[in-house]
Amino acid sequence: MFKAILARLRQGYRTRPFPSEDVKMPHRYLGLPRLKDAPLNRAAAACPYGAILTEERRLDLGRCVFCGACAKAAPEAVEFSREYKLCAGSRDALLVGRGDYKRAEPLARELTSIFGRSFRLRQVSAGGCAACEADCNVLGTLAFDMGRFGIQFVASPRHADGILVTGPVTKNMELALRKTYAAVSSPKVVIACGACAISGGPYAGHPECVGIPKDIPVDLYIPGCPPNPYTILDGLLRLIGRAK
Amino acid sequence: MKIDHLSSFDLSSIEIDPALFLDTVSSRLAAGGRALAYFALPDNGIYRLVMVIGFDREGVMEAYSAPAAGSFRALTPHFPELHLFEREIYEQHGLKPEGHPWLKPIRFNTPGAVPGVADYFTVHGSQVHEVAVGPVHAGVIEPGHFRFQCHGEKVFHLEIMLGYQHRGVERSFIGGPGPRSIHYAETLAGDTTIGHGWAYCAAMEALSGVNVPRRAQLLRGIMLELERLANHTGDLGAISGDVAYLPTASFCGRLRGDFLNMTALICGNRFGRNMLKPGGVNYDLDPALIKELKLRLEATYRDTADAVSLLWENASVTDRLGNTGVVDKVAAEGLGLVGPAARASGVGLDTRRNFPYGPYENFTMSVSGSGDVYSRAYVRWLEIQKSAELVAGWLDDLPAGPIEAEFGPLKPNAAAVGLTEGWRGQICHAAVTGPDGLIRHYKIVDPSFHNWQGLAMALRGGEISDFPLCNKSFNLSYCGRDL
Repeated sequence: MFKAILARLRQGYRTRPFPSEDVKMPHRYLGLPRLKDAPLNRAAAACPYGAILTEERRLDLGRCVFCGACAKAAPEAVEFSREYKLCAGSRDALLVGRGDYKRAEPLARELTSIFGRSFRLRQVSAGGCAACEADCNVLGTLAFDMGRFGIQFVASPRHADGILVTGPVTKNMELALRKTYAAVSSPKVVIACGACAISGGPYAGHPECVGIPKDIPVDLYIPGCPPNPYTILDGLLRLIGRAK
Repeated sequence: MKIDHLSSFDLSSIEIDPALFLDTVSSRLAAGGRALAYFALPDNGIYRLVMVIGFDREGVMEAYSAPAAGSFRALTPHFPELHLFEREIYEQHGLKPEGHPWLKPIRFNTPGAVPGVADYFTVHGSQVHEVAVGPVHAGVIEPGHFRFQCHGEKVFHLEIMLGYQHRGVERSFIGGPGPRSIHYAETLAGDTTIGHGWAYCAAMEALSGVNVPRRAQLLRGIMLELERLANHTGDLGAISGDVAYLPTASFCGRLRGDFLNMTALICGNRFGRNMLKPGGVNYDLDPALIKELKLRLEATYRDTADAVSLLWENASVTDRLGNTGVVDKVAAEGLGLVGPAARASGVGLDTRRNFPYGPYENFTMSVSGSGDVYSRAYVRWLEIQKSAELVAGWLDDLPAGPIEAEFGPLKPNAAAVGLTEGWRGQICHAAVTGPDGLIRHYKIVDPSFHNWQGLAMALRGGEISDFPLCNKSFNLSYCGRDL
């Protein structure tokens, strides 16, 4: 007992303030990309996921796995910033251009008044690599301490206000996803976390994957492969109107 | 046929008389070999069975191949370690292993298969009951279906049915290497990005004959050991959380993140994405970064030692961990367990020792004997110490030189095996090229492929409340097994 208390003193207080301007991503972190004026053909050719749309001059964050191949092939056309706040409220809003990126808006006022102080999510893992799950799990550790915002992952969909989906939704998980969604009472929200859940990610186009069914409307998109935990936390807080 | 584990070999060199194939591989397995991979290779309308066998103590690798059609004799009755390999061959190609005790689906990816719907082992009796869990189960965790045959709290048998994570990665390597291939490897199991990424690179490098520069090898080693440090630390925290010992659980939750952040400092991503490529690595370290990493390693390791030492000195923790979920050495060897789970049962198997690669030389492995949750936790702590020592040493002795070599085309009609020791255990990638020098077949064996059956064995005769603890002590990958 005494040793545990001493260890507690040595380990110190480690919960980091958030939302805070102090969150700095590592130097080599690839965050929000920006398109420059140069032609996009070379960058588009380097992207294995077709995330760069040359005609529209847009980069689809939903398909991007942040490998940086485009910026390496065509540094004159694409550059990545260290901005980690990436979530969007609609699929179209994930198309970024020259720095006009529009982040997600809070839910409607009547929903933020319900979820703003207590927001419970059932996580549904559906065919990804479990890195998104790991970065969701970490939000429960003392460094991020998501509980201080009243956000919690719960075991039963009956206790949840919504679902957070990770993975490209395999055929083998489609039914389980539908049943979990149906078990959450309304009003409910759906969050697509990670490139897989948004677009299939590295598995886009695989016949084994079906994606989130069209009749399950998504309220929040969190891009990344996987998204940094701060990206997820920022998205959740934005959705319930606790961050701007 | 003996093969070199770091080089490619001609496919024709491992062919043997089909009448002798099964007897030959049986005698090699009986002589102390372990099946690293066993798969069917499509070959002009027929199939070719291929088995790669490792002799761990001697550090020798052998491979055999022979054509097969329709059916073949199952070896599982004599070598239980092959049970899943043979079920996989049947499910993927319809080649029937005659005499296999129970040919259940493993990934439910054939036409008409419904995930989780299969025959289950059941125990009958007036007071026997069945507990079914999943695929969506409590916690933020991957999907799987578990069925316990119980009498009161006592578990007679646990059956684990997976396949929900099947997303078709393995066949996506065919026709490569392409720009997506490294991403497929990195996301085979997200927490093992470096382990799988390196196994893929090793197979590709053997096939193209490229020599990876020494500096790149050491940088890979640093990344792999950081991955091990993060995951082992997280596991020790999760194990202490499951026995309700919260100090170590909370400390380790933070410390795992600190190790991941060291990885992110090197390549920008906490899981090590974008670091590896066939031929070398993408990111180098400069003196300032090395200094920063050394400072962080020292501080994080010190805090980890502090947090973990609490476990071994707390009687209520050690009492709960000891004698829970025992897998003895005979079972561990019979099932072909790998990684910390095998070493915790006294099996001397560590790829870094048995089949040295990259920067590993004269590696001494950590073995503990009791085969219980305590042992699986303690082996992790021993490995944390070893990994921290390796990383610190490599940061000090990083040789000057390039971080990549030119990665050329692959040798046609050849095969290579990439072996690494991921934090869960041995990872095996076997690649076969066609006449065009492109990948014609790719076989991935994640350590979890072997070890899930170990978890089922650990529960036998235990209590259902032991399950979370046993599960954490194995901490297996669903996606790595389901591919």
